Amino acid sequence: MIGNAPFFVVGVLFLMGLVGIFMSKNLIKIAIAVSILGSAVNIFLVALGYRAGGTIPVHFLAGEGTTMVLPTPQAMTLTAIVIALATTALLLSLIMLVWRHYGTLDVDEIRRLRG
Amino acid sequence: MKKIIFIVSAIILGALVVGAVDNIRPFGEPGAAPMDDHFIARALTERSSENVVTSIVFDYRGFDTIGEAAVLFTALCAITALFREGRKKQ
Amino acid sequence: MRPLSVVVRTGCDLFAWFLIVFGASIIIHGDVTPGGGFQGGAVAATFITLLLVAYGGKKVFSWVRMGIFNGMLLFGLMAFFLLGLMGFPNAFLYNFLAIPHEVVQATGHGVIPPSGTIALMDIAVGIEVAGALSIIVLSMFRGIRLFREGPMEEESGHDR
Repeated sequence: MIGNAPFFVVGVLFLMGLVGIFMSKNLIKIAIAVSILGSAVNIFLVALGYRAGGTIPVHFLAGEGTTMVLPTPQAMTLTAIVIALATTALLLSLIMLVWRHYGTLDVDEIRRLRG
Repeated sequence: MKKIIFIVSAIILGALVVGAVDNIRPFGEPGAAPMDDHFIARALTERSSENVVTSIVFDYRGFDTIGEAAVLFTALCAITALFREGRKKQ
Repeated sequence: MRPLSVVVRTGCDLFAWFLIVFGASIIIHGDVTPGGGFQGGAVAATFITLLLVAYGGKKVFSWVRMGIFNGMLLFGLMAFFLLGLMGFPNAFLYNFLAIPHEVVQATGHGVIPPSGTIALMDIAVGIEVAGALSIIVLSMFRGIRLFREGPMEEESGHDR
């Protein structure tokens, strides 16, 4: 289990994000937990593509005659980060509008008001 | 009552995650990757670009980048449309 | 929002233009060093955010209009699509300006780097992402002013 330590970190972060969504009362804390969940999945993608003893996949900075790590998961992670950013921006805008309409950010109160 | 159900299910999920992490492929041996070897061997001689990741994002897989730009543009349109003031009723 | 104290404003004066230079360096060296279009665009968009935090909303909206960032966004998207459509007798998004590595070492190359459309698409995407993130921050800031009298009962807006 010590050899797989990066995957262990990914699992812990994923659980923290999931527990944060279930047990939070404030809408902003739920948005932060969703962002932590997205970051955990991005770390998992990059950690999957490691070759033991590999260097950075840029010809300018790598030495001669060494193997490189896999570059395709890194390209997928770039796209995933930008899409997570767009989702977070839209989520925060909707939270602002909910505050303006209901006056409170508590999850239990909003369920009771039914404006 | 709800909190007890959440905590118990979180503990079960934690045990399952730890079990999954033990059985995954060891860190540093991804097995056979023929597509990435094809990209690494040909990015410098054909396209003459030294950064393999950028040549994958913009040249070998450029269609995904168009989809990502479209998602960013759609989110921008939605946010700008949410914060507009209408005309007040006279 | 009111402008913050003199210390914050002086720090912002020293740092703000450095952020644009740093972002442009990451965008332009996109096919030699790690980085590229998206990362450099996100760094260049923190220029407007720093100005907004240090100087307050009224001053920043008197200096800059929202039309500039709209123009940057549309220029980036149109340039990306045009570079894709220009490779058409072979394929969509075909790299028609690339020169192979042995030919470059024998003869030279012109103004455009030998990686062809990769470098040009980098610059287009960098300008587009910088404009898009700046518009998001400015729109969300302008929405705060609608709530100045507190939470309201019925919805205003959307009634045209």
